[in-house]
Amino acid sequence: MYTWIHKFGSPKHFYRMAGKIIPWTAAFTLILFAYGLYGALITSPPDYQQGESARIMYVHVPAAWMSMFVYMVLAVAGAIGLIWRIKLADVMAQASAPIGASFTVLALVTGSLWGKPMWGTWWAWDARLTSELILLFLYLGYMGLTTAIEDRRTAARAGAILALVGAVNIPIIHYSVDWWNTLHQGATVTKMSKPSIHIDMLIPLLVMAGAFKLYYFTIVLIRARADVLFNERRSSWVREIIAKVKL
Amino acid sequence: MFRAFMAMFNRDLLLAYRHRSELINPLLFFVIIISLFPLALGPESRVLSTIASGVVWVSALLAALLSLDTVFRSDFHDGALEQIVLSPQPLTLLVFAKVLAHWCVTGVPLILVSPLLASMLHIKEEALGTLMLTLLLGTPVLSLVGSVGVALTVGLRRGGMLLSILVLPLYIPVLIFAAGAVNDAALGLDVSAQLAFLGSMLVLSITLTPLAIAAALRVSLN
Amino acid sequence: MTTISLPEFRPVPEVILTARDLFMSRDDRPLFENLSFTLNPGRVQQIEGPNGSGKTTLLRIMCGLILADEGDIEFNGQNIRSVRLEFQEQLAYLGHLHGIKEELTVIENLTFMQKLFSNQDSEHDLLALLETVGLAGFEYSPARTLSAGQRRRLGIARVLLSDAAIWVMDEPYTAMDRKGIKMVEALISAHCQRGGIALLTSHQSMDLSHLSETPVLLGGQ
Repeated sequence: MYTWIHKFGSPKHFYRMAGKIIPWTAAFTLILFAYGLYGALITSPPDYQQGESARIMYVHVPAAWMSMFVYMVLAVAGAIGLIWRIKLADVMAQASAPIGASFTVLALVTGSLWGKPMWGTWWAWDARLTSELILLFLYLGYMGLTTAIEDRRTAARAGAILALVGAVNIPIIHYSVDWWNTLHQGATVTKMSKPSIHIDMLIPLLVMAGAFKLYYFTIVLIRARADVLFNERRSSWVREIIAKVKL
Repeated sequence: MFRAFMAMFNRDLLLAYRHRSELINPLLFFVIIISLFPLALGPESRVLSTIASGVVWVSALLAALLSLDTVFRSDFHDGALEQIVLSPQPLTLLVFAKVLAHWCVTGVPLILVSPLLASMLHIKEEALGTLMLTLLLGTPVLSLVGSVGVALTVGLRRGGMLLSILVLPLYIPVLIFAAGAVNDAALGLDVSAQLAFLGSMLVLSITLTPLAIAAALRVSLN
Repeated sequence: MTTISLPEFRPVPEVILTARDLFMSRDDRPLFENLSFTLNPGRVQQIEGPNGSGKTTLLRIMCGLILADEGDIEFNGQNIRSVRLEFQEQLAYLGHLHGIKEELTVIENLTFMQKLFSNQDSEHDLLALLETVGLAGFEYSPARTLSAGQRRRLGIARVLLSDAAIWVMDEPYTAMDRKGIKMVEALISAHCQRGGIALLTSHQSMDLSHLSETPVLLGGQ
């Protein structure tokens, strides 16, 4: 078992395995996106209150779910790298961060677009959007810290500690922002947090969520492969690969 | 172990005392920032008392952030920190002693000066006690959580700006509940829920942050 | 010529410190790999190598300040990460930084170190210690007024204070005058004679060859 972990954690092995997996995950991603978007844009019914503009939910909700999911992956991978000193875990954590941040931005932008017809403004301090904004700050902080530290391993360890502290704080932040939002509710009624879920809407939503997940896996594997290649550039197996490419 | 804790605590207080001319800086910063708001928004007491709790608390956050820089910097640069880390004492205990000393020197003055500022901003008298209580419960959390950020960035050349980005999002729950409590107190409402939340944040910080700070210091020394 | 007065050395436990299969790189440049060696009681181990070969890094890894990329450090057969406090009880480190607070006096610095590193409480011990390292009379001077060599001596006092079995010293002769160098040599010698271990780097040749292992050589690149 321990040797299996060690083999799996070996950069060279990962590079080869990931190279084989990526075409498959990419293909499935496209398939799921196609099916999901077809369901989202064409076959699912328009929302009885918001009409066609509610369709942006099919992008906004999965993006928001992914932004949370990726942060958890980041924290867990960081913890694994911290406790067991597995280099690959560090690579996965750092490769995931920009992807998670992008999902967060996507959630914020689509949330803003969704809200404009309802609120009349581009931004309202809705509970979920505010939480997403704070999550974006957490991502940016992680990326800022890991970039600022020169030594790669030290940067990964510091980032892992930060990500764990952030992960513990996220439920607290959510709870606080929810409480704050109900307190200052005012005239803003958000339909965003709980759209009426009809089965015809649920299936495309879940398909889109799956598509986003596979998209994340594909991209993180591509990024991680590139990072591994760069990090191990002085080792013999990388030199062989470079030599073959040059030929 | 207790002997080492007290030694660390006393040493840091003594060092702060030897720099006592600098001690007043975070406090002055706090007062000046608060004074800016009436200047920007007009001295009408109705406006000021509406924003007072938020202004005092945001200013407290910024003052805490500004003062945090000193908690590990000097020890890191003169090698005292590595000796502390290598000493045969539990690092979490020593770290807690340092942060406690730091809070005594930076947080407690804020609490003591807040009634003055509250009256500058026309905070209702009913809310004053709550204000001080939230500061009492909240400023230690600011020191503890902020110290995690400082421990992570102490080795960086220009860690100051990055520190703010790392730490301010983590301060937001404290801000929400503390300012919310003071606002509610001004309206005469019961604030025990908010205070309970602040209290549990304090307990959580005391138990968990020293571990994170110790781990972060070890990473920074690498 | 006055002889150096050595403190009454308390005996130290016999401990073994082992480096196992260390691999370390800095900025993706490998410093050393598959490095293993053992420090035995009563011996001096020197680390040699050109500038930039990782001597300080290796010393810091042995102390547990730096985590090696691969490999472990074992204290009496157990990973130092699992028995950290026990290990650190027997460890005294003298690095490049002096670890002294400039705003405190010499005696204030030493008292703090005593509370951290030692079980003893006697101030008399501290005064005797200052005499051993040649800082008698400087008790109440602010540390900021000490010269570089004097700060080194205060660091040596801290090492003596801890009664640790393992001394890890990075260039202990830096900034020392001739008397100081003789003092350090005598202290290391006495330390080894009581069963202690000394791990150090130095550019200067030392008169400790009768106690030394073969030096660990780090390659330069």
